Amino acid sequence: MNKVVSKRQFSENVVGLDIEAPRIAKARRAGHFVMVRVDEKGERIPLTISSADVQRGTITLVIQKVGVSSRKLTALEPGDMVHDLVGPLGHATEVKKYGTVLCCGGGVGVAPLLPIVEAMKAAGNRVISVIAARNKELVILEDQIRAHSDEVLVMTDDGSYGRKGLITEGMESIIEREKIDQAVIIGPGIMMKFASLTTKKHNIPSIASLNTIMVDGTGMCGACRVTVGGKTRFVCVDGPEFDAHEVDFDEMLSRLNGYKDEEQKADQEYSCQVDKK
Amino acid sequence: MDNRADYLKAERSAEWREALRKTMKNKERTAQLRVHMPEAPAQERARSYVEVNSGLTAPIAMKEASRCIDCPDPTCISGCPVNINIPKFVKNIERGEFLEAARTLKETNALPAVCGRVCPQEKQCEANCFYTLKLKAEPVAIGYLERFAADYEQNSGAISIPEVAPANGMKIAVVGSGPAGLAFAGDMAKLGYEVHILEALHEIGGVLKYGIPEFRLPNKVVDVEIESLRKMGVKFETNFIVGKTATIDDLREEGFKGFFVSSGAGLPRFMNIPGENLVGILSSNEYLTRVNLMGASRQGMDTPVMRGKRVAVIGGGNTAMDSVRTALRLGAEKATIIYRRSLEEMPARVEEVKHAQEEGVEFLTLNNPIEYLGDDKGKVKQIRLQKMELGEPDASGRRSPRPVEGSEYLIDADTVVVSVGVSPNPLIPQSLPDLKVSRWGTIEVDPETLQSSIPDIFAGGDIVRGGATVILAMGDGRRAAAGMHQYLQNAR
Repeated sequence: MNKVVSKRQFSENVVGLDIEAPRIAKARRAGHFVMVRVDEKGERIPLTISSADVQRGTITLVIQKVGVSSRKLTALEPGDMVHDLVGPLGHATEVKKYGTVLCCGGGVGVAPLLPIVEAMKAAGNRVISVIAARNKELVILEDQIRAHSDEVLVMTDDGSYGRKGLITEGMESIIEREKIDQAVIIGPGIMMKFASLTTKKHNIPSIASLNTIMVDGTGMCGACRVTVGGKTRFVCVDGPEFDAHEVDFDEMLSRLNGYKDEEQKADQEYSCQVDKK
Repeated sequence: MDNRADYLKAERSAEWREALRKTMKNKERTAQLRVHMPEAPAQERARSYVEVNSGLTAPIAMKEASRCIDCPDPTCISGCPVNINIPKFVKNIERGEFLEAARTLKETNALPAVCGRVCPQEKQCEANCFYTLKLKAEPVAIGYLERFAADYEQNSGAISIPEVAPANGMKIAVVGSGPAGLAFAGDMAKLGYEVHILEALHEIGGVLKYGIPEFRLPNKVVDVEIESLRKMGVKFETNFIVGKTATIDDLREEGFKGFFVSSGAGLPRFMNIPGENLVGILSSNEYLTRVNLMGASRQGMDTPVMRGKRVAVIGGGNTAMDSVRTALRLGAEKATIIYRRSLEEMPARVEEVKHAQEEGVEFLTLNNPIEYLGDDKGKVKQIRLQKMELGEPDASGRRSPRPVEGSEYLIDADTVVVSVGVSPNPLIPQSLPDLKVSRWGTIEVDPETLQSSIPDIFAGGDIVRGGATVILAMGDGRRAAAGMHQYLQNAR
């Protein structure tokens, strides 16, 4: 059992939780994820660690309400317990001095992007971050990203904040202007697909951090498998980061929807329960 | 080993054993037929999670026990990876001392109720029974009797806890809580060590919990055995991944003197054929974990599982049988085993194949999938199968299958469970670059002591064997305990 220490509401559907996990806080590096099971009936879901505080012994997870498990998690308040939390899992990001690094985050993908931005900056890179969201409400962690970036470009679909347009348009404007040595892409599957097509067009080496369906997170189930460079890889033990230009995003998107019918049904049942209360 | 032989001899000359042998002539004993295991009716059980084998009653168990002639040279024991004193426990059943029988099992076996259910006795103790070897008759039902004694004790409320030596002040860690780790922990606790089992998942039991279904091994049976270990002082920590949550070096600093790696073969193999990543195609590990560990079939649980109408399971091992029978219980209209050799070569236990057949599983033997076809949403719809024929025996002694040219055809399937074996879990080897591993990723160990290339690390079970049975893993646990005990005593 791990205690929720503090909570931050980013928007109606996105919250940040600081959770006690001293060993994980100490061991984690940028790029690592954890598996979380909220209560005895809960699923095990993977969540990338957004930040950690070794002194306080906490890690921060940013969660968006999408299904039953994430709704239960976002409903937790300080003092509540997470039933199971295990990690840190996956390979850490390869952090080194590349030169200029373009860090691209879409939606809640900005949360797992933050530790990478931080680490890339600390390694002596010039860091340019492009963060994107549907509207102003959904832009998260802008100040933290700013604190570790040389430049930040905010994009919104509706133009309610920053510049109007898709993340790829923002990326293009920077790529046109200066030489980029490495790109990092994290966000919804469809965003990663197009962001990686953009960097591919300009021959910029890119990594994408994938978040697929997992049951155990330790290599056991194979639910997370993706095709990378024509080979089947497991996101949990081979990833979660891969060469973005080699990932079969269409297959990944299709597999992410694998349990959609079951999930919708569960979501409706959960809503009924919550309404009854 | 001499000590062991002397011990067995002395036990056999116990007064009660001598007397019991005289109560019946050997001819009368061997004239009796082997008992049949009572089973839940196939039609009922195929749609529920009720345990298939219901166990022997006391009078029937005593009668079966009386078939054993208490041989002077009990060859059955040589077939047991954990060296159970088989005649002693069987004779205790014959004389009605069931709790004493259970205590005998626990002398060398930390999980008798588990082994009585899932051991392939027909290849081990029972294959080496006097009846099998000399009389060419059906062996004493040692497995059924083991289960009977263990269950009797579990239900009696008088569970015996093996004696534990005074604490020796040495702390050791076990990586993984499956059968190898539990057997190791039991032996080391008896020797007075402070044993900490560190488990990656949120439940203790490893494959006994996530893999083997409720209808073959109820979780509560496993929990009782785990509770016994807890009472012996074994400490359990879940949600702990050695190499990730803390490294072996971190743990050494925390005072751990020895490590037993029993992290299992937790990496499913796929066949790498076209379409294998379509939605609806999953590993048996994923399928069984969703149902067994995450409770996906139970009302109110959040984890979903695919409830296919036409489910195909690829493979012929026990895990394939567990998967295909799980498919029936999840409501499949048609559940099919697809296996590239014939029924005779199937690695699954005969009993499991028989149970699957009774429950209505269809067997497509001498067939192999070569491609999966999907619908426009990327979900599997059909399997392209190729017919196979058997050629000469290969290295494993089984006749090797080869494709029949031009025999390809399509069958419909909406869910496919791939059960073609597992590879060793890479997490521990990844975290220890100095650890010597084979090119298959299994940890290399001394065959006697199970010590790895790093002196304070021992390993056993599937992380060494690459995919074997519960009982072989337990045997490894016992040998590693002996090996580590010797190493730590010498190091003192």
